[in-house]
Amino acid sequence: MDFMVLIQVLDSALRLAVPLLFCSLAGLFSERAGIFDIGLEGKILIAAFFSAATASVSGSVWVGLFFGISASMLFSLLHGLASITFRGNQLISGVAINFLAAGITVLIGQSWFKLGGRTPSLSGNARFSEITFPFSDSVSSVPIIGPIYSELLSGHTALAYFAILMVPISWYILFRTRFGLRLRAVGENPAAVDTAGISVVQLRYLAVIICGLLCGLAGAYLATGLAAGFVKDMSAGRGFIALAALIFAKWRPWHVLYATLLFGLLEAISNRFQNIEILGIILPTQLMQALPYILTVIILAGFVGKATPPLAGGVPYIKE
Amino acid sequence: MEVLPKWVDTVVIPLIGVLISLLFSGVIILLIGENPIDALSLMITGALGSTYGWGYTLYYATNFIFTGLAVSVAFHARMFNIGGEGQAAIGGLGVAIVCLSFGWTHWLPALLAATLGAAVFGALWAAIPAYLQGKYGSHIVITTIMFNFIGASLLNYLLVNVMRPTGSMDPATQKFPEATSLPTLHDILEPIGISFSKAGPANISFLIALIACVLVWIFIWHTRLGYQLRAYGHSESAAKYAGIKPFKIIMVSMLISGALAGMMATNNVMGEAERLIMNSTEGAGFIGIAVALMGRSHPLGVLLAALLFGFLYQGGAELAMWTTIPRELIVVIQALVILFTGALENMVRAPLNWLWLKSRRGVS
Repeated sequence: MDFMVLIQVLDSALRLAVPLLFCSLAGLFSERAGIFDIGLEGKILIAAFFSAATASVSGSVWVGLFFGISASMLFSLLHGLASITFRGNQLISGVAINFLAAGITVLIGQSWFKLGGRTPSLSGNARFSEITFPFSDSVSSVPIIGPIYSELLSGHTALAYFAILMVPISWYILFRTRFGLRLRAVGENPAAVDTAGISVVQLRYLAVIICGLLCGLAGAYLATGLAAGFVKDMSAGRGFIALAALIFAKWRPWHVLYATLLFGLLEAISNRFQNIEILGIILPTQLMQALPYILTVIILAGFVGKATPPLAGGVPYIKE
Repeated sequence: MEVLPKWVDTVVIPLIGVLISLLFSGVIILLIGENPIDALSLMITGALGSTYGWGYTLYYATNFIFTGLAVSVAFHARMFNIGGEGQAAIGGLGVAIVCLSFGWTHWLPALLAATLGAAVFGALWAAIPAYLQGKYGSHIVITTIMFNFIGASLLNYLLVNVMRPTGSMDPATQKFPEATSLPTLHDILEPIGISFSKAGPANISFLIALIACVLVWIFIWHTRLGYQLRAYGHSESAAKYAGIKPFKIIMVSMLISGALAGMMATNNVMGEAERLIMNSTEGAGFIGIAVALMGRSHPLGVLLAALLFGFLYQGGAELAMWTTIPRELIVVIQALVILFTGALENMVRAPLNWLWLKSRRGVS
């Protein structure tokens, strides 16, 4: 394989990993606090729609970002209402949120723009522009390091760099702050946290709101960074891949980064090549698409180290 | 805390949930600038006003009965099978293999074999997640979600690379032989003097769905295994104490669930498309979740909920044709039903509980 092709594939892998990374970290906060979230997909979708719709109306990507995040947080609060306040089934709530987003984005989109559920194409300030690193042009001719610097590392949107930055931030919040300790405790043993006089409900709502914020970033990146506008069902299962990445990473921030990069790479490869031949065996593109799910099932089965979810995950807390 | 009487729990609460969902949908229709009353009357005439409409309503309902029963059986063992979509799609593969591999001369043996094929394939697709749950404790919800995607990729591969007839661009199998064509409701009702539209795709598998309802009812409430399954669903520890093996219950409930979801393919693949196409299930597997929640996992409830969703589906298609309301309205209604009869059930229940206690105090 050509070196430049490799750089291009890696560059595309990075772009595709960004929404997965945001979304997977979103799930990390929620699930570490004991709230299972299979509604990540729906939250990306609603955020993608509202960010693209408001960016197209206002002409500003920042307005879009604000409304995208707000919409996603609203859906998070709905999930919180169902699973924390009314102690409903978190999985069922997640399913409902996914369908609500899938339906309502098209309904509102059709009513606002009459484009069959799409938003108008975004351009200029309505999209996130790419940030070019200094001296990127002048070093691009340097062998190996040049292309890595100017093609692979430079030229992404602000959100993409922020996504990477969110990994150490998440790690720090979860593992080095008092809030993080409490948040993790509430996902393992909420009764103990309650006994210590800390509100389980408040902590879990905070976790769910952070989850909404990060899903909002994922959706906004998808519609106003990666693509130039919203199309129906544009999340295309990314919320579930992110969930898979979270399990694959066994609910740890740095591993979330590696898992999402791996899954982004798989997507980039299947986008670029139809069939790949390795050692005489032809791997169909469909296998590449299914691989994140297959790997996750293998991890879940415990064949390669056990993935144990937070102990109190999915269980509503009832005060005694 | 005093409990509500059973009839409130099984009938009133889901009904209120559905009413709230429809009310919300009406508000949404208002917000997008259409008249909800007109929309409803258009849906009723479109879905129930002619035998043509009924032909579609019952066709959709047949799908939802199968997937609704699938989710219900798993629910009784407290398993959340979210993989009905994948199991139904793989069930379609079973139907296609059965229909294309043998020289069928009559539809009846073909239907019986195809039903078996669909059930076996659907059950197999549920078996792996079930086994992983039973043996290794891998969360069934996550694995069945993953298997939906794996199934879709597998079918995509098979339809594009293996089963597509040479020279065809369409990722689909060839048409099934003429003899496997199932009698429609028109064909069934004509000899007994009832005229039914020829155009609607409702077919004999509707009757199979009804039989499945009865069989599931007998299984859940009138067999030893069904009793064990419910016991396990109520309390895992008590069931274990009574000598019920969790692994067996997980496998049995998921195999039956997968088989039921797979059997849907006799309706949409064999009865309607008469070939296996990409994305043949069109989300029916997920609607099974709404149907099971609304029907309180009881076959009669599932039947009624499936009919309601069949009506919504056909009515929604009519709306999309005659108004500016897109088909996605039914996805929203489906989401709201799942929300209000499932996740937010306690929100509906709390005021009823309060009212009930108040009225009881008033009497005594």
